[in-house]
Amino acid sequence: MSATTTTTTQVARSRTRLALSDWGVLTKRNLLTYIRKPDLLVFSTIQPVLFVLLFVYVFGGAFERILPANVTYVDFLMPGIIIQTSIFAALQTGVGLADDLQKGLIERFKSLPMARSAVLAGRTAADTVSVVFQIVLMVIVGILIGYRLHEGFVEAALAFLLIVAVGYTFTWVAAFAGLALKSVEAVQAATFTIVFPVIFVSSAFVPVDTMPSWIQPIARNNPMTIWVDTVRSLTLGEAFTDSPSELFRSIPDLGALAWQSIAWIAVILAIAVPVGVRMYRRT
Amino acid sequence: MDATIHVEGIIKRFGNVEALRGVDLKVFPGTVFGLLGPNGAGKTTMIRILTTLLQPDDGQATVAGYDVVRDAEPLRHVIGLAGQYAAIDENLTGQENLEMVGRLYHLTAEEATRRGEAVLERFELTDAANRVAKTYSGGMRRRLDLGASLVGRPQVLFLDEPTTGLDPRSRIEMWDIIRELVRDGTTLLLTTQYMEEADRLADSIAVIDQGLVIAEGTADDLKTRVGGEVLAIRVADRTQIGAAAGAVLGLGPGGGNADNERGEITLPVGDDGTGILTEAIRRLDAEKIALADVALRRPSLDDVFLSLTGHAAEGGETTAPAEEPQRGRKRR
Repeated sequence: MSATTTTTTQVARSRTRLALSDWGVLTKRNLLTYIRKPDLLVFSTIQPVLFVLLFVYVFGGAFERILPANVTYVDFLMPGIIIQTSIFAALQTGVGLADDLQKGLIERFKSLPMARSAVLAGRTAADTVSVVFQIVLMVIVGILIGYRLHEGFVEAALAFLLIVAVGYTFTWVAAFAGLALKSVEAVQAATFTIVFPVIFVSSAFVPVDTMPSWIQPIARNNPMTIWVDTVRSLTLGEAFTDSPSELFRSIPDLGALAWQSIAWIAVILAIAVPVGVRMYRRT
Repeated sequence: MDATIHVEGIIKRFGNVEALRGVDLKVFPGTVFGLLGPNGAGKTTMIRILTTLLQPDDGQATVAGYDVVRDAEPLRHVIGLAGQYAAIDENLTGQENLEMVGRLYHLTAEEATRRGEAVLERFELTDAANRVAKTYSGGMRRRLDLGASLVGRPQVLFLDEPTTGLDPRSRIEMWDIIRELVRDGTTLLLTTQYMEEADRLADSIAVIDQGLVIAEGTADDLKTRVGGEVLAIRVADRTQIGAAAGAVLGLGPGGGNADNERGEITLPVGDDGTGILTEAIRRLDAEKIALADVALRRPSLDDVFLSLTGHAAEGGETTAPAEEPQRGRKRR
């Protein structure tokens, strides 16, 4: 091996090491923000908790009449609510980046000899930690009001991983929105407006088969439906997948759901990451 | 002597707008260079190009020997930037802010801590070191921001309107700090809309207007350009400003300006100050125009700007710090 190659590898290795250090510095900075602004975390968790309580206690009675006897509404609802929580928590990335832009912090970071990737990588990583925190909190709230896992630990762990992955994916979507819109208020309004129908026109809160027939194909091909149904298959098990109920007759089997779930995540990331990075370079 | 900052024919367009239309600049090592101009003149665009945040559409620029486009990465190691807004993280403490920047310059954790402490001490922020920056006053934020730009011990420092929005006392504090920095041998380029700031801080000044450098030199050079002294006449009744201008503009070597709002006429007088003063008063007396004030003075950079651009510099609302309140620079 020639001397040049050695040096090049060393440089490459030290560049990677420096980039990792930059990612760490910015992840830590963003996590500190969460600790310093506990109100942010508190209010963003109150909302999904309210959702759960309202849905379970207000709509629950009505829904349980149509759900199969062995499926409670809490068990049906929680996968949807938890994924919704994960996505909403992830949208914070856009708000944070818009805030950094407005305050001139992005300019400062760009003038420093740090890895260009660190701002986005550090932000999405820290926000994913907050996503995990909020998911855990929702699971605890769910368990308190009667949510039960019908399958084993491995299935639950896989479901958890999927939900975190969905959140991570949306941090990148939000990152793009934050950099493109550049204002905290605009980002908040825009991301929620876009995400709301995606979440509601899905199996998150009601079975797709109860929807008007023209909406069903949209809801069924909505990635939200696929993620939610995957988590249901993993946590409700046979009661969901092999249910004789008409409501669940169109649910694909777990294998198909799983690969579609992963494919959607891969596709969204494959678009959002490069577009977000490009947006960052241009701002 | 080789210039630390060397700018040649820089052009930058935003859509159809040419923000910079062929700017040349030279800044020598260890000097303070003031880029003076009104809002929208292109000052910030120039700084953003020199700090690698923006790429020029044409022309060349080197800073500390590095090309701002080709060598952007190594260049970032030797520059510091404090922008128009205090770019600090409000949720971190002063110390944490500086350590973060130090770590991003790839200093070791200990070194970043040490330099953070040193910077806080220097800017008299030690007492506030462990408070979140949210609780800092405007002046403290600016000091912390400036401090952050120094953590990497830059050879060349860029300050974009370092005192805009500060109250007069903080502004004077900031000036002291900046003067002290230069004593350490840092080369500094600062932008400002305030004549007085450029006058006090900068070794040499470039006046920039609508994307072009329209004059360059030391503050004294620029003042001499206006030609010796300036006669300032303020009429008692502002409605007579037109008549007064008609009477006296045209005297002297040329130029001059009437400010309707303030009822003031400024007139370059060259070497013949007393002669023109006498003549002006005679003429105004003949027209029966009452005067509130007449004075011969050294031209201020305001006068320079006026005579160069034909319009006043747009100072902010908070112009004119303590020392010369009677000059009242507030202009719209």
